[in-house]
Amino acid sequence: MTEDTQRTTSATTSTPWVGLKAAAFWPLRLVMDLVDRPLAWLQATFGQRAMVVFFLLPNLAIFGIFVMLPLVINVIYSFTGGSALFLDERVGVGFEQYQTLFDCRDFTDPFSCRQDAFWAGVYNTLTFMLLQVPAVALTALITALVLNREMRGRGFWRAIFFFPVLLSPVVVGLIWKWILERNGLLNALLNGLGLEGTVWLGDSFWAMFWAIFVSTWAHMGFYTLILLAGLQSIPRDLYEAAAMDGTSRPRALLRITLPLLWPTMLVVLILALIRAVQIFDEVYVLTGGGPGTSTQMLVQYIYQTGFAALLRNLGLAAAASILMGLVLMVLTLLQLGIAARRSREVAG
Amino acid sequence: MAHRHLKFALTLLAGTLLASPALAQTEIRIMWYSDGNEGEVVADLLERFEAEHPEIDIVLDEVAYQTIQENLPVQLESGRGPDIARVTNLQTLNEHWLDLRPYLDDPAYWEENFGSFLDWMRPAGSDAIPGFVTQLTVTGPFINATLFQQAGVEVPEQGATWEEWIPALRQVAEATGVPIPLAMDRSGHRFSGPAISYGAQLIDDEGNPVVPDDGIRAMAENIVNWHQDGTMAQELWGGVSGTTYVGANQEFANAEVVMYFSGSWQIAQFANQIGDAFDWWAVPNPCGTAACTGMAGGAGLVGIAYTEHPEEVATVMEYLASEPVIREFTARTLFLPAHAGLAASGVDYVSDDPNVARALDVFLAEVGRLEPKAIAMQAYRFNSILYGAIITRLGQVVAGELTLDDALARMEVDIADQIAEASR
Repeated sequence: MTEDTQRTTSATTSTPWVGLKAAAFWPLRLVMDLVDRPLAWLQATFGQRAMVVFFLLPNLAIFGIFVMLPLVINVIYSFTGGSALFLDERVGVGFEQYQTLFDCRDFTDPFSCRQDAFWAGVYNTLTFMLLQVPAVALTALITALVLNREMRGRGFWRAIFFFPVLLSPVVVGLIWKWILERNGLLNALLNGLGLEGTVWLGDSFWAMFWAIFVSTWAHMGFYTLILLAGLQSIPRDLYEAAAMDGTSRPRALLRITLPLLWPTMLVVLILALIRAVQIFDEVYVLTGGGPGTSTQMLVQYIYQTGFAALLRNLGLAAAASILMGLVLMVLTLLQLGIAARRSREVAG
Repeated sequence: MAHRHLKFALTLLAGTLLASPALAQTEIRIMWYSDGNEGEVVADLLERFEAEHPEIDIVLDEVAYQTIQENLPVQLESGRGPDIARVTNLQTLNEHWLDLRPYLDDPAYWEENFGSFLDWMRPAGSDAIPGFVTQLTVTGPFINATLFQQAGVEVPEQGATWEEWIPALRQVAEATGVPIPLAMDRSGHRFSGPAISYGAQLIDDEGNPVVPDDGIRAMAENIVNWHQDGTMAQELWGGVSGTTYVGANQEFANAEVVMYFSGSWQIAQFANQIGDAFDWWAVPNPCGTAACTGMAGGAGLVGIAYTEHPEEVATVMEYLASEPVIREFTARTLFLPAHAGLAASGVDYVSDDPNVARALDVFLAEVGRLEPKAIAMQAYRFNSILYGAIITRLGQVVAGELTLDDALARMEVDIADQIAEASR
């Protein structure tokens, strides 16, 4: 043993250092001992498999109290009427709220329905889904393909495209509202170019256009990241082999990139669909659901019916939210099915 | 060792004694919203109250109006909420107000000075004293008088009809390049005054809604026509959905509007925002075929039934409702007084702005011209349902989604459905 080792050894094994370590870790050791005893007893009594359930219990309890219980209460609310808040003060009305929602002369014409705002919300949400989801997926794909290339400042550009995702939806809505208003930036730019501006958010077509555009702009970065990860998981040697065979870049994109990226793209599409069904905040701030009801989405209808009106119709809002929840459940099951199939393919 | 223990005990005792006033203090929470400077003014008044009443600690929660409209009702429904609140939906939520009468030193003072407005906040037939109206408001128009002068157009006199005002507004807008001749708050309450001027009943003597009728139709036709011919801007009434409120304060303050139909509560805000940038005048309500009325309104300060400190709440309310305090509040906030004594003796408003003085004179005179229906609506329990249905459906007509006939038919169904739901 060298002198240095002797000094080190004596330093680490000397009584004051050992005492200090013991004092510092004593509380932790105490907690570990306290926790270990009951856990050891549980494992001895119920077996190792039961420990899985035990460790999942806290999360399940939180999930049960904050997700399942409100869901059950919401279902019960949808079978009640009146403006009272507490269930025991509400009146049972059976399926009346659902009947009110489905009371239509012609389901293809929202304005023939008793709750025309609900059906306007359904059709607007459907329109939004059908247009915004492909738009965001395509934009994210093109951006991911570009950002996947070797270029200077790639990290910077990736951050730039992701930045809108970090903004609050209210901020996004407000910024674009100010840009698009009568005296906003867009009209000022157009006037500067000698063109005439317009009241963008006062026209049904343009209001929906900008709602889709703003939502795409705000969320594209998130999906770009997912697709970028998918692109980077494609083996490079496939492209090298294709290059050696003289395959052109467009052909490589169609024959290698897109097929291998397809599972990731499916995930993006499902996530975008779920988000599109739930769209509310950005559009509400941007257009307020107007003009008229032309950009009023389903979630806004639920919010206005159940919360914004002074005499709240909680039963009707609950019924509408249950119907929306069923749609979301279908989409979620679809996503789970695709994910399970992908896992099987990877494992196989 | 004993010395150390003694020091510790003495320190503990001293701390307890020092903390005892705080421990003995009763906390009273007031939920308050502001249109102008009234938050500042009431905070100042409450500081003086606390100096005189060290046993009461007042926490003034200044919130957005939307919080009062959306969050407070839910809190009240759950049996919680502040001890006192400043609200505008005095009638609709009256089941949650505390009857202060048993705790007041002088209930007769309240009956004498606030009596005519107590019915706005208590159930029909009740003699409860839930609070007091902090200010009376009247709806009516403001004009940018500078624009009239620049355009060389005379301001129509009192008694002028809407049919006389509109061409003048359009002429001024055209001559000065202002984009919006007329703006009106997107509010059923604002619409109702002119509708009554065209003969609208809104409710009959039994309290049943009479919507739509010829008066509603006449004013609705005006609104639709004014949007179609560019007198009113599409993005205000037609730009949002449902019952969403949209005001045009900012547009008026930025001199983009010739006439802004709103109400007397804007005076303090305009005095602050516009100042002497241009002359802004309140003008008498334009006339319809039946009257020339605005709508009465106001905010009230009410005790909440779920308070744990009703005596202290009554003490605070008595202070704020006392004549000297309410006189100072009214003078500094530039509101119309709802206190009968103040209304009779007059108020020395704190402002050198001639526009303020003129506006207050005009609105005070408008109080005397209010139609009985325009006052009675404030005491109608389902007034928010009527206003909401009117504005929702008219907004759809302006946006081109419904015809006026469809909208009027749907208003009737909406009102019937919602009243039935609320009455369950």
